[in-house]
Formats: sequence, structure tokens, C-alpha cells
Amino acid sequence: MLSNEHIKQRLIEKFNDQVYGFEEPYGTLTFEAPREMNLKVLNFLYDEEDLKFRFLTDLCGVHFPGQGEKELAVVYHLHNLEDNVRIRFKVFAPLSKPDIYTATGLFSSANWMERETYDFYGINFIGHPNLRRILNVDEMDYFPLLKHYPLEDQSRVDKDDEMFGRGGSIGFGTAKTDHGTVVEAEKHNAGEEKV
Amino acid sequence: MSRPVSFNIKKKPLVSDISMAEMPEGHQGEGFFATTLDSVIGLARKNSIWPLPFATSCCGIEFMATMGAHYDLARFGSERVGFSPRQCDLLMVMGTIAKKMGPVVKQVYLQMAEPRWVIAVGACASSGGIFDTYSVLQGIDQVIPVDVYVPGCPPRPEAILDGVMNIQKLVGKESLRRRSSPGYKTLLESYGIQ
Repeated sequence: MLSNEHIKQRLIEKFNDQVYGFEEPYGTLTFEAPREMNLKVLNFLYDEEDLKFRFLTDLCGVHFPGQGEKELAVVYHLHNLEDNVRIRFKVFAPLSKPDIYTATGLFSSANWMERETYDFYGINFIGHPNLRRILNVDEMDYFPLLKHYPLEDQSRVDKDDEMFGRGGSIGFGTAKTDHGTVVEAEKHNAGEEKV
Repeated sequence: MSRPVSFNIKKKPLVSDISMAEMPEGHQGEGFFATTLDSVIGLARKNSIWPLPFATSCCGIEFMATMGAHYDLARFGSERVGFSPRQCDLLMVMGTIAKKMGPVVKQVYLQMAEPRWVIAVGACASSGGIFDTYSVLQGIDQVIPVDVYVPGCPPRPEAILDGVMNIQKLVGKESLRRRSSPGYKTLLESYGIQ
């Protein structure tokens, strides 16, 4: 039975303190490594006969705004099909230099998953055979899922902000109507009670 | 308290099992009937519209219900639902159209032969609906000219039928010269279609 303790021990034996941040949220072992080491760790987890993490379940990006060196994260979810053990591996990169080595040499499924991560977060995968946008329009010039870009399409001119819970003519969501319930707001307006 | 029913409230008595289309106005006598060509052709066209379903998401399921036996679309003449744009009159766009799908919708519209009509079924096709995001086209009228919009998320089959009936009104009243008129040409030019 392959246990999280065993995996952690093997990783620490091989990489010493280059792997860190061991956690077990909901029973899945999670750890981090510097981004230059990502291929070494992935290959180690793949090749070792007692680890055998040979299935890449997911490869996704995360944006943590304001974290400096650890702003963009790439998360690999690996699965050992024979022992049914899952493991999560994170690497971080700063927004100014989001370069990470590609895992396509090891896992073919990483091809499209890295294209998606590039499309939405702008993470440049070094060595990827075909790094271009996959889900968005090719002419898009920004990376939508970074937190400083708004969700909404900016080309609309007919939106009434009141319907979306912000501003508008009544002022929902602004300090103007920050009186709690409607009844209290009416009392406030009538001058009876100051909330 | 559920929303009050807004369709099918007045119960109409069944006059006969077969419903006949209304005759257009004209002069008739013993063995002949004279009317305008527009009205006869409009009558024929409106009762035999062949739709092209461009069903993308949830509204497509409502369309499937509309085509079923309970809310029959076939009784309006749309028995033959074609998937080839070359043979269809009515492009029914049902569902969310992403920005990447916009050129595809335009291409399908371009492949249709005149006269052609477009119905935008549902909130997403009419205006982007609930998906006000960077990836969803905020209404297909940004890429193709639309004749009838059916609001709803998703619209009930009765509402889709109401939309088709409105298209029938448009088809019945359309002038035969409309498609070569300068007004129509400027409309297509504004969409970048020659």
C-alpha cells in the first residue's frame, strides 16, 4: 500500500529541501518545488517503480495577486493508477517572468492543458511544440483569467449597472445605500432613525 | 406563488379537425381568383418554412421539445428540419454563441439561399444572456441580421412557437422585391456581407 508518508520520504531523500510545503488537504499529498525542478520531480515520480505516478489528471494555473515571486502557480495533479493514489505538485513563477518547462515530453495530455494555461494566465511553457491559444479567439491580446482583468465584455454600451448590483441610478452596492435593510433605509431617509 | 400563465389562456373551441389557411384578398368569380403574386407566394412560403436548427446549448433542448409531438412544430409546416443551409429558409440560432463561434454562424448564414430569415431563440442568442463575459458574443445580431428574437432562459416551447408564428407573419407580408432592394443591401453591408 503506497502511503503519503512513503511518498514524502522518497521525495525528501531524493531532493532534500528542494521539495517543501508538504500538506494533506482531504488526504491528497500536496507539495511545492522551485520551477526549475519541475521536470526532475515529474520524471522521478514517473520512473520510480514504487511511486509510478504515470497519469497526469490535470495541469492548471492559479493567479495569486500580490504575492511577488509566487504570483502565478502551475498545479500538476498526478495519479498512480495501480495503487489509486493521487498527488498534487505546485510550482510558482513571478508575473514578470512566467517561464516553466513543459511536461509534454513526459505526458502527451499536457499539450492541450498547457495551451489552456497559456491562453488564460499567460504562462510561457518552454519547449512546448505548439504554444498558442486554444479556447479563446486567436486575436485576443490579454490573458483573461488574471485577476486584474474584468470578467465582463467591455464593449457593451447598454448595460444598466443597477441590475448588476453596483451603482446605477439608485446606487446599490455603493455607500449611498449602505443602510442595511430597505426598511431601515426608508427610516433613515425619513429622518426618523439614524442607523 | 408561481408566475401566472401568459400563453394559451383563452380556450378556443375546436372548429374542425383540419385547419385551412386564410385566403388572401382578391377578386374572385366563376372559376378564377385574382390576387397579388406577393400574397400568394407569401402564403405558400409562410406555411412551409424549413428551419435550420443551430442548437448550441440549453435552448436546443427546448427546441427538441418543440419538435416533439406535444408542442408540435410540424403543424406549422416545419415538418422537414434540414441541417443543410443550402436548402433551408429559417436559421434558428438556439443557445450561447461564443466569440470563437461567431464566424461559424456567419458562414452558415452566408451559405443560405435567399429568401432567408433568422430567429434568435433564448437570451444568450439575443443578447449574450446571463453570460456577460469576455468569451461570449453579446447577441448574434453582432454578426448576422436577425428577424425575430425570442426571449427566455430557456423560452418555453410555446414561446418558440410564438416566435415562429411571428416569422410566419413576416414571411407572409414580405414583398417579393425586398431582397434586391437598396435598403436590404445596406443592411447586409452593415454586417460586412456582400
